[in-house]
Amino acid sequence: MGLMSFFAPRVSKGVYGMMAEYDGPDTLIEACKAVRDAGYKKTDAFSPFPIHGMEEALGLPESNVGKIAILFSFTGATIALLMQWWTGAKGYPLVIGGKPLFAFEPSIPITFELTVLLSAFSSVILMLLLNGLPRFNHPVFGAKDFHKVGDDRFMLLIEKSDPKFDEASTRQLLEGTHAKSTQVVESN
Amino acid sequence: MAQMASTATLPVIDKPLAQEVNPSLVTGNLSYHEVTDQVCEIVEGKVHRNWYIGFAISFSIFMMMVSMLGYQLFTGVGVWGNNAPVAWAWDITNFVFWIGIGHAGTLISAVLFLFRQKWRTSINRAAEAMTLFAVACAAIYPVMHTGRPWRTYWLFPVPNLDLNMWQNFRSPLMWDVFAISTYGSVSAAFWYMGLLPDLATLRDRAAVTGDKTRALLYGVFSLGWRFSARHWTNYEKMYLLLAAISTPLVLSVHSIVSFDFATSVIPGWHTTIFPPYFVAGAVFSGFAMVQTLLLVTRWALGLENLITSKHLDNMNKIILATGMIVGYAYATEFFIAWYSANQYERFVFFNRAFGPYWWAYAIMVSCNVLSPQIFWVKSLRTNVAVTFVMSIFVNIGMWFERFVIIATSLHRDYMPSSWGYFKPTFVDICTFIGTFGFFMTMFLLFLRFIPCIALSEVKGAMAAQAHLPGHEPVKGTTPVHAGGHH
Repeated sequence: MGLMSFFAPRVSKGVYGMMAEYDGPDTLIEACKAVRDAGYKKTDAFSPFPIHGMEEALGLPESNVGKIAILFSFTGATIALLMQWWTGAKGYPLVIGGKPLFAFEPSIPITFELTVLLSAFSSVILMLLLNGLPRFNHPVFGAKDFHKVGDDRFMLLIEKSDPKFDEASTRQLLEGTHAKSTQVVESN
Repeated sequence: MAQMASTATLPVIDKPLAQEVNPSLVTGNLSYHEVTDQVCEIVEGKVHRNWYIGFAISFSIFMMMVSMLGYQLFTGVGVWGNNAPVAWAWDITNFVFWIGIGHAGTLISAVLFLFRQKWRTSINRAAEAMTLFAVACAAIYPVMHTGRPWRTYWLFPVPNLDLNMWQNFRSPLMWDVFAISTYGSVSAAFWYMGLLPDLATLRDRAAVTGDKTRALLYGVFSLGWRFSARHWTNYEKMYLLLAAISTPLVLSVHSIVSFDFATSVIPGWHTTIFPPYFVAGAVFSGFAMVQTLLLVTRWALGLENLITSKHLDNMNKIILATGMIVGYAYATEFFIAWYSANQYERFVFFNRAFGPYWWAYAIMVSCNVLSPQIFWVKSLRTNVAVTFVMSIFVNIGMWFERFVIIATSLHRDYMPSSWGYFKPTFVDICTFIGTFGFFMTMFLLFLRFIPCIALSEVKGAMAAQAHLPGHEPVKGTTPVHAGGHH
């Protein structure tokens, strides 16, 4: 291997999966349902925008982003209260206008802001982590016309790692779902 | 039977009615590809001569601001006209003015998203960008007003060896620091996340045309987004969360800004009406600025199919509603000043309308309360020229509102011996004009390098629109459930 492998001619490393293309979101959703009902699990769809009802059609679990992010919002609130209490009442106690060194009422704005800050940034980071991004290289990028998905293409992928995958029968199933075309995607 | 027959023919007979109920948000029967092309070509195509002219003017004005700030840095805060008793003057006026403008962006991107207002889709990207630039303009003022901007980290609880004390978190000015910095960073995250799929689209288009620099840059910033349904699930959840989080955030920011005033004991500032009054004013001014910018953008880039008269109509309704709230707040302030029987409160409000700054008050009321009333008429709400002129009026009126609140309350102190009259210096004036240069420079760069319309969202709205009665399927696609089931 080593550096020189970069210049070596590309050799196919086997099949990654089967990709079918559809002409719009409605036909894609119908195809996803058919593939789900046929028992395939290692599937994915590609569309320029999130399609309403796709989770159900592909049989995807609900996203965990919210469940984890709420822990971070509690963390934000706790950090804010501890910070305001410690700095004001312990670290540098300073009486200003006879006000108590720490009280909940004047601590609300900053507690709210830090709760928001940590919830927002944890949601963003969790979305990226759960999606395995950033990842700049993926076999599907090698599929024909895949660079047009962001424009107006709608594609459905069945991975080879799915136990039910069989090149002939999977292709037959996809062709029966009004696919415009089907293709084999190679691993990289 | 007769009922069934009429139901079957309903979509045909009532097509104009259905169009009335669900007016097109994307007109011109565009296909997905045509929308992509139209928006991406602004970024990919040849730069128009007018862009260079606009950029040259904006950048020169921006540089004027930079030189003013440099002059101030080397001379001192005294180059501004602020002095006792008007210690807060144009700096805080401009700070509140710019922060207020930012509110429309978050309102459009978050609040309207939660309310499922599909019409937000083609204007949210530009409005969010505007928010970021407005917050940046706003931040200039308090930072420069500290006199030692290089010590700005003293505002944050950063352990250090030269301050040797902690911030006073019981002060509303500290709340403001946290509110503005959270607002700025969360808005930036919201904007960038919305951009992710569109940057990936630009990356793929650049890869096809062989533009390696663009493909690399857009590729890095799109983080390898590949439009996967599994990714979209987490993405949509994240976007919904950001919207849900940003909704109370946008309401909190101007509430906290208003605490800077409301928690003081200055007559005219010490009122509980300030938080909602400031928020309504912020939304009002923000939508006006969105109108100003979008009408120019729409005209210059030919985006009439994506930014339609429906958008103008809806935004003008919001301007009308928030303008009325602001007018109501002005009236309430006067009523409470009289009802409180507090002689200082009564004096401040009488002085505000009839004192030395009567002209500022008159401009404020005529621009903010009287002129938006023309938007009761639908034909005026959808008229581009009227909307543009009105948006400028509102911008002027809202700047004067902040000036009136700040200057009139301060220039008459409890003791007549410390009364004064604030006049801006040329540094005040040039710095303020300069912030518009900065704002426009950033906005023009945004138009040039980033898709100014949220592509993936607009296409999603087109797909949803195709399912509504009275609408055609998107060109080039096969509808499976004709008539729609959503």
